[in-house]
Amino acid sequence: MASGIQAASPVDVALSVRELTVSLPEGMERAYAVENISFDLKRGQILCIIGESGSGKSVTANAIMGLLPKAIRISSGAIHLNGTNIVGLSPDKLRSLRGRVVSMIFQDPLSALNPLMTVGAQIEEVMAAHDAGTPASRRSRAIDLLIEVGLPDPQLMYHQYPFRLSGGQRQRVMIAMALALEPAILIADEPTTALDVTTQAQILQLIRDIQRRKGMSVMFITHDFGVVAEIADHVVVMEKGHCVEQGSAAQVLKSPGHLYTRRLIAAVPHLSGKDRVPSEAGERASILKVECLAKTYRSGSALFRTQRIVPAVNGVSFDLTSGRTLGVVGESGSGKSSLGRLLIKLMECDGGSILFEGRDIAGLSEAEFRPLRPKIQMIFQDPFASLNPRSTVGRILTVGPVAHGMRYSEAAERARELLSHVGLDAGAFDRYPHEFSGGQRQRIGIARALMFKPRLLIADEAVSALDVSIQAQILKLLDQIQRETGVSMIFITHDLRVASQICDEIAVMHRGQIVECGPPSQIFLDPKSSYTRELVAAIPGEQPASTPEHADFGRHHNRGETL
Amino acid sequence: MSAFLLNRLFQSIVLLVIVSIIGFTVLNLMPGGPLAQFGLDPGMTQKDVERLAAQLGLNRPLWIQYLDWAWRLLQGDWGHSFRDGSAVLTVIGRHLSATLLLMGTSTALAIAAGTWIGIRGATHRYSLFDYCATVGAMIALSVPTFWFGLVGIYIFTLKLGWVPAGNMYTIGDGSVLDYLHHLILPSLVLSLVHVAIWSRYMRTATLDALSQDFVKTARAKGVSERRILLKHVVGNALLPMIALAGMQLPSILTGALVTETVFTWPGMGRLFLDSLGYSDYPVVMGLLIFSAVLVVLGNLIADIVIATVDPRIRLA
Repeated sequence: MASGIQAASPVDVALSVRELTVSLPEGMERAYAVENISFDLKRGQILCIIGESGSGKSVTANAIMGLLPKAIRISSGAIHLNGTNIVGLSPDKLRSLRGRVVSMIFQDPLSALNPLMTVGAQIEEVMAAHDAGTPASRRSRAIDLLIEVGLPDPQLMYHQYPFRLSGGQRQRVMIAMALALEPAILIADEPTTALDVTTQAQILQLIRDIQRRKGMSVMFITHDFGVVAEIADHVVVMEKGHCVEQGSAAQVLKSPGHLYTRRLIAAVPHLSGKDRVPSEAGERASILKVECLAKTYRSGSALFRTQRIVPAVNGVSFDLTSGRTLGVVGESGSGKSSLGRLLIKLMECDGGSILFEGRDIAGLSEAEFRPLRPKIQMIFQDPFASLNPRSTVGRILTVGPVAHGMRYSEAAERARELLSHVGLDAGAFDRYPHEFSGGQRQRIGIARALMFKPRLLIADEAVSALDVSIQAQILKLLDQIQRETGVSMIFITHDLRVASQICDEIAVMHRGQIVECGPPSQIFLDPKSSYTRELVAAIPGEQPASTPEHADFGRHHNRGETL
Repeated sequence: MSAFLLNRLFQSIVLLVIVSIIGFTVLNLMPGGPLAQFGLDPGMTQKDVERLAAQLGLNRPLWIQYLDWAWRLLQGDWGHSFRDGSAVLTVIGRHLSATLLLMGTSTALAIAAGTWIGIRGATHRYSLFDYCATVGAMIALSVPTFWFGLVGIYIFTLKLGWVPAGNMYTIGDGSVLDYLHHLILPSLVLSLVHVAIWSRYMRTATLDALSQDFVKTARAKGVSERRILLKHVVGNALLPMIALAGMQLPSILTGALVTETVFTWPGMGRLFLDSLGYSDYPVVMGLLIFSAVLVVLGNLIADIVIATVDPRIRLA
């Protein structure tokens, strides 16, 4: 790959990476974090580096920043920043480049800001670190920067502590900080991944605007092809430490050359304007009917008038028939996870009814509800945290059914059956969760939920923590399971694209209420509520009206395949 | 904030009442009762003892004794020592300054040294310094304080003759230098175990702060390592330490039983031991309430300090 690229003249190249190899300490999965990668970031362009977890994209960014941990070294190659090779530079020289010539913004804007320092002080710190200006000039510059990144009331914002700001506002502060010394290069490491989709659209727009206004060069790291389509001029695709393909955004997105790129693009969930082909199961009985469900969080004390009341779920009603999937979509704080917890009675509701197979379970005590628990099972978001690391997979699967009176031998037999059903080999039974990858663990989580032969599965962000290619596999598995067992599903997600892949009907939640409910085709092509329209418009890289045909193509044809 | 304080005040009062009831009951359940001392005195007959008990109100039911005691306490009357008849508060006052001097010095030493060792251990993790600090802390925590005290006296007093073996001052001298001379050994011995605890906690807290994302942000801004440590790491690492300091506060005033005994230091710890030995219940109860109040106060002060330095709590 590298040999094909001619070193561009330093005048129009802001950042040039040449045959860079970064070695990992011994005993790791592989010897190199990245091996022999080369690319150029041209002045005034946005270069997207895309790859799944473990592709080496963040290591590359840290190498350019001179921020690699001690155990990870650059073993060969060169990194030219504005014509200067930074490989082998002293820590002091590297430090003087950081923040001045190249600056960086990170994924999680909450933890990336010091909770004990005001926003203004943190912005000024960049300038102070490089002895730029006087305290007074730094202060006025900080306020200018707050205006530039579009934060309301900059004078007030200057004295604000980070915890007072929303995620999007914090990311704007990070950007203001990165811009303080007008660096030539901005490295953005997944800067919108932790944000809601509407906030993500705003931040992408901001980065684009600032980049154009200042003629800055941006290296943008992401795992999301939607984001790439939205802002990239140039794309580098990375896989397992190698640079497998690079080219202009149009070229890579429209006619990807490498097999891996093609697989990755095919795996990206697209907004599907088409509705799901329902399974052929016969009778359609109502399995879950929710009416006017409400839950209000109260904190503080009524006595001292500091009480805060947050209506998390407010008058939610829907009806789910057997063998169908309802998607619950919303941004953070919309109440979608609270709804999930109410349905499985991990939390008591304040009002309304939950008719499960015709019986109201809302008012049942824990003891009365316990026999029904096996029928409603949950699949959790984090496949790492949701499995007990000290139990074997076999124990994780069998402990529930045994507690509900199944004989161990019978449970173990069913567990082995299910493990192979979800695409793991039967040997997984005696192994521990840490021996499996994220996708495999989520399969274990699904098998665990199926142990009870449930009537209803609640999947709370079940694929959100997974890479897109794994995500696609898990979605396919869930679809297949539903067709075989006729289980009903409630699929809670923040990602409209994912919801459109698997749901028969989608309920859009906003501030505790369902603002719109309908089949995907209606939600995406003809949204009735303004909030849904906003949400759909914010999805990166999608124009709902012109959804490419091939996006659905793969989907329908893959239906019959086994995993 | 004021609602929070009111709430805490209410909780504290309930806690103090419960502690005093338990303390009063347990003390009076001890075999022999408060006048057991006098029973052994050949000069006192059974009648004398009974007369004394009636005089002191000890023949009444326990709950009435408690209410009487609590009511007087609220009015500022903590009772009188059985030993010499002086007011309990006066007795406590006599010993308080000695303890404050010893404990204040050793705590200040411990916090200063512990903070430095902890931070350095975290920034130079797995270095020779870190290993020595770890092993040193283990030894200081596992060997009893009186052993260090005795070894200290053996080496620095008997062998080298550098410092006195005990007491707070030389009778007839009492200059500042003389006080300091007496203070050195006990405060060092006493601070050993606190340095160990404090440095361990500080090391963990510093490591935790070092691994935070905002430290990486500061590096990406080009901030120097020294400033990152001072401005971003230490501040955040000290937050959890404030609660620990709050728990330390009561012992500054209630003293150290063992060290004060080893060095014959006239502080609160020795007062407690002596009063127990003499069945001087009013003084023991007074000390109990005194330290309970201090524990509550220490935690309250720590909460207020945390709320003042952490904007997330201050404004939330």
